[in-house]
Parts: sequence; structure tokens; C-alpha cells
Amino acid sequence: MTKLRVSTYTLLQTVTSVGLSALAWVVTGVRPIWNGSQPSDRQRIYFANHASHGDFILLSACLSEKERARTHAVAAADYWGKTRLRRFIAEDMLSSVLIHRQWTDETQHPISIMLSVLDQGHSLILFPEGTRNMTDEPLLPFRSGLYNLSMARPDVELIPCWIENMSRVLPKGQFVPVPLLCRVVFGAPIAIQPGEERRAFLDRARETLLALNPRPQRDD
Amino acid sequence: MLPMMHETLILIVGLLAVLISASVVAGVLSWRAPKPLSPTLVNLTQRINAWWVMVVAITVAFFFGRPGMTILFALISFAALREFVTLTHSRRSDHWVLLGMFGIVIPFQYWLVWTAWYGMFTIFIPVYCFLLMPAITALHGDTERFLERVSAQQWAVMISVYCVSHVPALLTLEVPGFEGRNLLLIAFLIITVQGSDVLQYIFGKLFGRHLLAPTVSPSKTWEGLVGGLAASSLLGALLSFLTPFSPLQAAGVAFIACLMGFLGGLVASAIKRDQGVKDWGHLIEGHGGMMDRADSLVFAAPVFFHTVRYFWTV
Repeated sequence: MTKLRVSTYTLLQTVTSVGLSALAWVVTGVRPIWNGSQPSDRQRIYFANHASHGDFILLSACLSEKERARTHAVAAADYWGKTRLRRFIAEDMLSSVLIHRQWTDETQHPISIMLSVLDQGHSLILFPEGTRNMTDEPLLPFRSGLYNLSMARPDVELIPCWIENMSRVLPKGQFVPVPLLCRVVFGAPIAIQPGEERRAFLDRARETLLALNPRPQRDD
Repeated sequence: MLPMMHETLILIVGLLAVLISASVVAGVLSWRAPKPLSPTLVNLTQRINAWWVMVVAITVAFFFGRPGMTILFALISFAALREFVTLTHSRRSDHWVLLGMFGIVIPFQYWLVWTAWYGMFTIFIPVYCFLLMPAITALHGDTERFLERVSAQQWAVMISVYCVSHVPALLTLEVPGFEGRNLLLIAFLIITVQGSDVLQYIFGKLFGRHLLAPTVSPSKTWEGLVGGLAASSLLGALLSFLTPFSPLQAAGVAFIACLMGFLGGLVASAIKRDQGVKDWGHLIEGHGGMMDRADSLVFAAPVFFHTVRYFWTV
């Protein structure tokens, strides 16, 4: 199912993505800051902090049209698959990849779904915190997906992306965005070092992402 | 439009002459300079290019008259407010107040400009928004850093909406013998105040020795201020043909506006320093954000408005 849906980029998805990128610019004046990496057509996993539904719209608005067309956000099936409308928005309009955070059936294993998307040559946007961060912590501990994906597909670049201010533009539970300026800082790619433990890598990835925040003292 | 054709033509020719000479000078400097170009030179070219865009935008709005000016300055308020709110502290519980600032305060204030409802125009933000916005915040029940949050909101709407809206509000003044020509007052204000910024910068670069407020701004000097204000007062006198003022009066009004403009830049620098940033945003290439360009106009507009209203209207 997932395979079929992400392999073709429909007209609806193109219109949605152009429209949302334009909207993101009008509301947030979003601008990418390439700080350690550059736009490229290499296959990538963009991993970012997550506090708002707008996060992946902002991130993909910073990518070129071509790159955007093959980059899919990973979203939670238990939220986005709950109703037919949500599933339509997530899959048919936003071309997201839905995964189950609590899976029972082995065919629904999140890693195998994400790997199948990577194996078609697509890129992913991943929020390794696993949920929208509503705490006072700037970033929650990372879940294991990032490590597992990178172990399985070491050639795919892991790019940390700090999304600024989006939690203020569209906080959890709100549906009308407040216009505030946002930037997305793209950092240098990171990779698992030989012999690096799962937890050590995930903590390092988290630190790398945190270090990209251009105004750490303000995100309170 | 007709009574202003002559003045408009002189203005456009004058602005074109200034911009073209600036572009030619920057072009020659860049052509003769060693490559790669120094950041100062790149910034100079970016700034001049941005000036072209700004002058064209204002000119287009000018030809659309009152609707054009009202819409243009509503958009400027939007950009400035967005920068101000981005920079200051807010919490999740402020969401609806912030939305109201963009969705209600800006449209309503500019509707008041449009309908020339002077009484409400002057008190809507300082009275009603001042009292109701903190009340809404209090009703939300989140008292964490309360005073800081509501103060920042007050400042945001006062600076970015209330002050800025005094520019198009100039169109609502009725100066005897000056009917139908109020757009030229806007041109006079913008050219003298923005010109003063440039002149203060030039005088500061050429003769600047004594820092005026070293803890606030490393680039503002007494020499720049005095030279810039003198030159822009002279510019005001030269532009008196645009206004209902005599040349001497025009110099005086320009002096007041440009002095306020200077103070606006100083206050804006203090806010930026307090918040730990160099620029308000990244809207205008080479200049930073909208507020970086408009800070002087923000302070000058209300005082200019009330000076004209008090001394020249009946």
C-alpha cells in the first residue's frame, strides 16, 4: 500500500506542496540556512526537532521543488491514520509515510516501511523525538529509528535540521498560525562511527541538532 | 492627481537621478576593486538594489493614491509586527492575543485610516488594545513572566501598527489651500527621514570621531548626527515646494522629523541589543528586516503628523 502511494507524485500532491510552501513563506518568511551542508540531490534523511504540525511543511519549503517531490515526512499512523480525512491529508495530499508507533503485526514494522521507501530512492524527513515536544526541554531524547535506519542504509546521508520558532507559529492544539519569522538550519551530515553504541549515537545526534539552534537562550 | 503632476515629475526625476548615480558609483567601485569583492562593497550594492525596489514599491503605491498607500503601509505594519513579535518573549497561551494583533488590530487600525475616523484612530490602540490585550492574557490564566509578555505586546502594536499607520493617515488631514495634494506630504516625510539616515551615515563615516551612545550603537556619532540633521533640514527646505510650508518652516519640520527618526534608530538599536540580535529580520537583502529600514520612520511619523495637524489644519 505504502509502496504504491509514494512511488508516484500526483497532481494533488504537487499542488499541495507548492501551495503549502507559498503559504509557509507568507506566514513565516521561511529561509534555509545551510550551515555545514548544501542543497544536493543525494539521498538523505533529514532529522529535525518537532513541536508542530507545521514543522515538515517548513522544512520541505526549504528544499528545491525536485527534492521536495521525492522527500517524504514520516508521520504516526495512530494519529494520521485515525480518520479517513486525516489519512487523505497525510497520504494523498502530503505524501507522508505513515508508521505505527505501537505495532503488533511484523509487516507493519516501522523500520521495514521506512526502508522500503528509501529503497525506492526517496528521501525522508524524520522526527526522532517520536512525538511533538510539549515540554520545556528544547529536545526530547531520540528514539532508535534514526540509528536502525542508518545501520541498515549507511550510504544515506543524515542531515540535522533545526526548525526555529515553529512551535510558536502553530502550537499543538492550534490550527490558525501566528505569523512569525522562521529559519531552518541545515547542519553537517553525521554518521555512525565504527563501534558506536546505539544510545551513544542517538545522544550525539541529539547534541548535534541542539547545537544548530541559532538563538538557544530565546527558545523558552 | 492633476494638481500634483508637476511636483510628481520633479520627484521621480530627482529620485531616479540619485539612484542611478548611486548604482553607477557602486558599479564603478565594484569594477575597479580587487576580486573577490569586500563585504562592505557587496553590502553597498545590495543596499542600493533594495533602495530601487523600495522606491519603485512606494511610487506604485503613490500612483494608486489613498488605497495604494493604505495597503502598502498595512503590509509594512504586518512585516514589522512579525519581526517584533518574533524577537520578543511569548508563551503558548499568548496564541490568541498574537493572532488578534495580526488579524484584528492591523486591519481595524488601517480601516480607521481609510475612513478617516480620527477620534478612534488615535485611541484604538493606546486605550482599547492597551486595556483589553492584558485582560485577555490574564483570562488565559498563565501568569509566568506576565508583565514582560504584555509589555512586549503593547510595544509591538504601538511601534509596528500605531506609529506606522500615521504615515497614510497624513492623507486624512485637511490643510487649507493644499487639498488633494496630501500624498506629497508623505513623499516629503519619507524622503527627508530616509535621506537623513543615509546622510547621518555618510557624515558619520567621513567625520565621525565621538561616539554618541557607545553602549547602544557603535556607529552613531555626534558628527554624523549634527551633519546629517543639518543636511536633511536643508533637504527639507529644498523640498518645501511639495508642502504647505515655507522653506524655513520646511527646514524646521524636517529637523523635528529627522531628530525623531534618529531617536527611533537609537531605541531600535537598544531593543536589538537587549534581545541579542544584530538585525530585526532578513526581509530586505543588505538591510536586514523591515524594522531595520523603518525604525526612523516609525518615530518620525506620529510627531510629523501632529505637527502638521496642530499648526496647519483648521
